[in-house]
Amino acid sequence: MNEAILFYLFSGLTVLAALYVVLTKNPTYAVLSLVAAMFCLALLFVLLRAYFIAAVHILVYAGAILVLFLFVVMLLGVGREENSNRRQMEYRVSGGLVIAGFLTGIGLMVKAVSGNREGAPVLTGTIEEVGKLLFNRYWLPFEITSILLLVGIIGAVVLSRKEQGQAGGQ
Amino acid sequence: MITLNHYLILSGCLFAIGMYGIITRRNALLMLLSVELLLNAANLSFVAYARYRGDLAGQAFVFFTMVVAACEVAIGLAVAILLYRTRETLNTDEINSLKW
Repeated sequence: MNEAILFYLFSGLTVLAALYVVLTKNPTYAVLSLVAAMFCLALLFVLLRAYFIAAVHILVYAGAILVLFLFVVMLLGVGREENSNRRQMEYRVSGGLVIAGFLTGIGLMVKAVSGNREGAPVLTGTIEEVGKLLFNRYWLPFEITSILLLVGIIGAVVLSRKEQGQAGGQ
Repeated sequence: MITLNHYLILSGCLFAIGMYGIITRRNALLMLLSVELLLNAANLSFVAYARYRGDLAGQAFVFFTMVVAACEVAIGLAVAILLYRTRETLNTDEINSLKW
């Protein structure tokens, strides 16, 4: 009963924050409302007994990725989105059609596959349990993601470096 | 009683909202933000399956998805900064020099 109340409350907040992300004209408000959506999603993860994932979600997404977004938005001086030409209305109509089609598909699929496996044990996603999986069975993807992070760092630094002769000194 | 279907429908709604954001937004940074929303909808569905089917592999996969999302955001923002440096605009309606 409590779980139902919490689920509806936090899922409603998440959907509201996500709608504000895609509908607002101010880019700073969009990033900040995505931060709010991340917090609500972390609360939903806690409801699903994924405690480690909830903490890592807040640390990585709200604490690193969205802060990076906010820095770039502030440094580039992104202004408000200007409004209403004919193409924008076409975008909105096609977006609405895509959403309607997608939600219909999801609803039909969920209704067709609704046989819940009630005998499955409810595991608690503590850091020990997830760590046992990460370091025993999924060890190879773990190492590959560390190489991926290295490649990402090198790529971001190389891409955003100024050309020789554009910078001041040397 | 909250079943798996509730979480799947919520994940589908978030995914649809993210898709609407990608189609409607004209600013490159805000498009990347909507892609983050898509990734988080998929993460939610992974964790829901991990809980309702008694297998923690879904949570391990969310871990890997987060790492991939972090790398993609870093490189995507670097590309957006480069775009702004060369074109002076982030409006994707005006970045069409590859079109026929």
